[in-house]
Amino acid sequence: MARALAVLLWLITLGGIALFSGRHGWFPETISEHGPAIDAQFMRTLVVVAIAFVASQIALGWYVWRYREDREGDAVYTHGNTKLEVGIMLVVAVVFVALAALGQKVWAQLHLQDAPADAVQIEVTGQQFVWNIRYPGADGKFGRTDPKLINDQENPVGIDTKDPAAKDDVVSVNRMAIPVNKSIKVTLRAKDVTHSFFVPALRFKQDTTPGLVVPVHFKALKTGEYEIACAELCGLGHYKMKGYLMVMEDAQYEAWLKDRATN
Amino acid sequence: MSDTSHAHQVHAAPTGFIRKYVFSLDHKIIGIQYYFLALIAVFLGMALSLIFRLRLAWPAEHWPMLAKIFPAGFEGGPMTPEFYLSMLTMHGTIMVFFVLTTAPQSGFGNYVLPIQVGAHDMAFPVLNMLSFWVTFVSMVVMVAALFVEGGAPISGWTAYAPLSALGQVAGPGQGLGQTLWIVSIAIFCLASLLGALNFITTVLNMRAKGMSLMRMPLTVWTWFTTAILALLSFPVLLAGGILLLFDRIGGTSFFIPAGLVVSDKVIQHAGGSPILWQHLFWFFGHPEVYIAILPGMGVTSQLLSTFARKPIYGYRAMVYAVFAIGLLGFFVWGHHMFLSGLSPMSALVFSMLTLTIGVPSAVKTFNWLGTLWGGKIRFTSPMLYAIGFVSLFVSGGITGIFLGQTSVDIPLHDTYFPVGHFHLIMGVAAIFGIFGGTAYWFPKMFGRMMNETLGKIHFWLTFIGVNAIFMPMHTMGIMGQPRRYAQSTEFLYLAGVQGYQVVITWAAILTAAAQLIFLVNLFWSLFKGRKASDNPWEATTLEWSIPSPPPHDNFGGKIPVVHHGPYEYGVPGAPRDFVMQADPPLKLGKA
Repeated sequence: MARALAVLLWLITLGGIALFSGRHGWFPETISEHGPAIDAQFMRTLVVVAIAFVASQIALGWYVWRYREDREGDAVYTHGNTKLEVGIMLVVAVVFVALAALGQKVWAQLHLQDAPADAVQIEVTGQQFVWNIRYPGADGKFGRTDPKLINDQENPVGIDTKDPAAKDDVVSVNRMAIPVNKSIKVTLRAKDVTHSFFVPALRFKQDTTPGLVVPVHFKALKTGEYEIACAELCGLGHYKMKGYLMVMEDAQYEAWLKDRATN
Repeated sequence: MSDTSHAHQVHAAPTGFIRKYVFSLDHKIIGIQYYFLALIAVFLGMALSLIFRLRLAWPAEHWPMLAKIFPAGFEGGPMTPEFYLSMLTMHGTIMVFFVLTTAPQSGFGNYVLPIQVGAHDMAFPVLNMLSFWVTFVSMVVMVAALFVEGGAPISGWTAYAPLSALGQVAGPGQGLGQTLWIVSIAIFCLASLLGALNFITTVLNMRAKGMSLMRMPLTVWTWFTTAILALLSFPVLLAGGILLLFDRIGGTSFFIPAGLVVSDKVIQHAGGSPILWQHLFWFFGHPEVYIAILPGMGVTSQLLSTFARKPIYGYRAMVYAVFAIGLLGFFVWGHHMFLSGLSPMSALVFSMLTLTIGVPSAVKTFNWLGTLWGGKIRFTSPMLYAIGFVSLFVSGGITGIFLGQTSVDIPLHDTYFPVGHFHLIMGVAAIFGIFGGTAYWFPKMFGRMMNETLGKIHFWLTFIGVNAIFMPMHTMGIMGQPRRYAQSTEFLYLAGVQGYQVVITWAAILTAAAQLIFLVNLFWSLFKGRKASDNPWEATTLEWSIPSPPPHDNFGGKIPVVHHGPYEYGVPGAPRDFVMQADPPLKLGKA
């Protein structure tokens, strides 16, 4: 019994290693500028976690194997070892706090630094169960919106056409084109309930919260079409709230925008 | 402070059935009532999870049997996504509140805590009875939400506003079902408050002579700490629930901002904030995680020491670690909200604080291993569950190091990665604590032993099963599978996930079937189990020095005097390999 349990504990350890080995599924390839930093921090964490996980489970299995009731000798009478316990505590504290500190850098770059002044501006508005994408047009200004003007078919974000800045705004549903290698500043909003703008390939996720306007920024380094998912429960269609991020060469992007504007 | 048991303090044993078993004032009966309430809840919660797992594995399949019971959930053939979400919402809610909060704390705590501190009952027996019956009402209201017009709510156990605040316009189940959900939770908060007051007072005021704080069993320390957490966190949820109810039926706007347009309808609310709900919810919700797991940590400590025949390794450090986890648990709720629009600056602070919880958790694990080291381990079924707890605590706890970091949380947040993480630690580790506690205290509670063979078979199947269910979820999370998706087949990048969904559903079905073994063992042993002696495990704490089951006032009017620490096993020179807490002082001059 004891030996079988020890072996089972070790098999579970092996199973855990296999599932985190990357051979049975992993992150999609990253295409953003900040993505590799997140992946690197994940790997650093994985090393620390793997050491602690394997050491604890192996020790647990070993003690189960070794200290059965029918073994020779008496149980050791001890109430612990304060020095050892404090030592473990200090090691863990230093490692974990150092790890946390290392991971903060990429967060700070993403969220504490503003987007560069020349960043391409895009507004994303979450809605049950579509992504509304708005571009400011040639004037670089988003026009005024008014919830009363919202009409899901013709005016999903409620653009007020009386505002001159609104005249050249371009709205696209579920399809978000961006130029490659350029900073993109996205303003996130929601018009009904909370959603979460999740692009796995970008290593990017941020809730769109009603009432909040959240500015974020990123840069994509590889052209292609990538899926946008919703990561916050928003109702019955949550599982199929899908958009596409289309990362294009500059010229192609301009052509796409022009095409959208005339339609 | 000690209690000197005057005869008039001991309430007389009631004679009628109603006063004895229904509206009982006896903490032991109340503990058993809580336990069976949680037992019903856990099988209900498990059944709901099997239903929604069917859709995840086979989204297009028809289920004629289920469609007969829930015709509205299967309109058009396959299970509807809204029915899937309502099952998921009710599963999470029932498990968190009526199982994980109810069984370890209110069930075992009620039964065992007064005896372990040497008291004849809880400090406030009437309050105790009330807290159970209020919990019962709360559960009736919650279960009613399954059967009302429009169905059960679909906003998850976190009930994020505005989805939960807007009513039927936001989706099916968001009408009466969601209202009942909120009312039930508010009632539950009240019941938990009453219970917490009772636990804290009993520990502080009702301890027998000699039961100093540092002689209390670790189970008592964890129930005590959990009660403090409940006392400070449930009122916040109660306040949140009342405000949410006002938003829904009173026209207020605590959580609903201006300018919302839902399904082309302009919503007439202004001035609220969805983030406020998240703050209130998680200010309760994070301590709640520890409310679920701390008692299991106490039970595990008790069991490891008893069956390794060794004192607990580092008793003091264990007490401090429990308190540290409880205290830090109040300062980290923001890690559930890194991506909510929370100030990115405060996310940095929440992240650092979160990782520091790893320190007392590591101390606990190290000391559990230290307790096993050099022991003479008796592999009884309660011990197997305790060893399983340690393994699950490590597997489930350690992935928190990923999620607690702002940057790593970005891709993993709200995916299956946290689902695997919290199910392993606050779900199944806590439930292994319940299994361990059941096998260990059953002889005391009912005077009969549980069947060891059935117990061991149940342990093996369940331990393998839960690992097979929840370990692969981490991989699915890394692949980017968002949680609460009614199916994984809509996205190309999730192509590799569907195979996992099928394997996990099969593992869940088999693990659920194995729970019938536990149920059979429980009821068979209740009537047919071998008669238990006073102290079948040769354990040391006070509950083992009285008859099984104990008399009405626990100690027959003679409150014991405590002379020893809680875990004196293998004391060199002692007459036997354990020294019970109420044994007379040893002649060796060392206690």
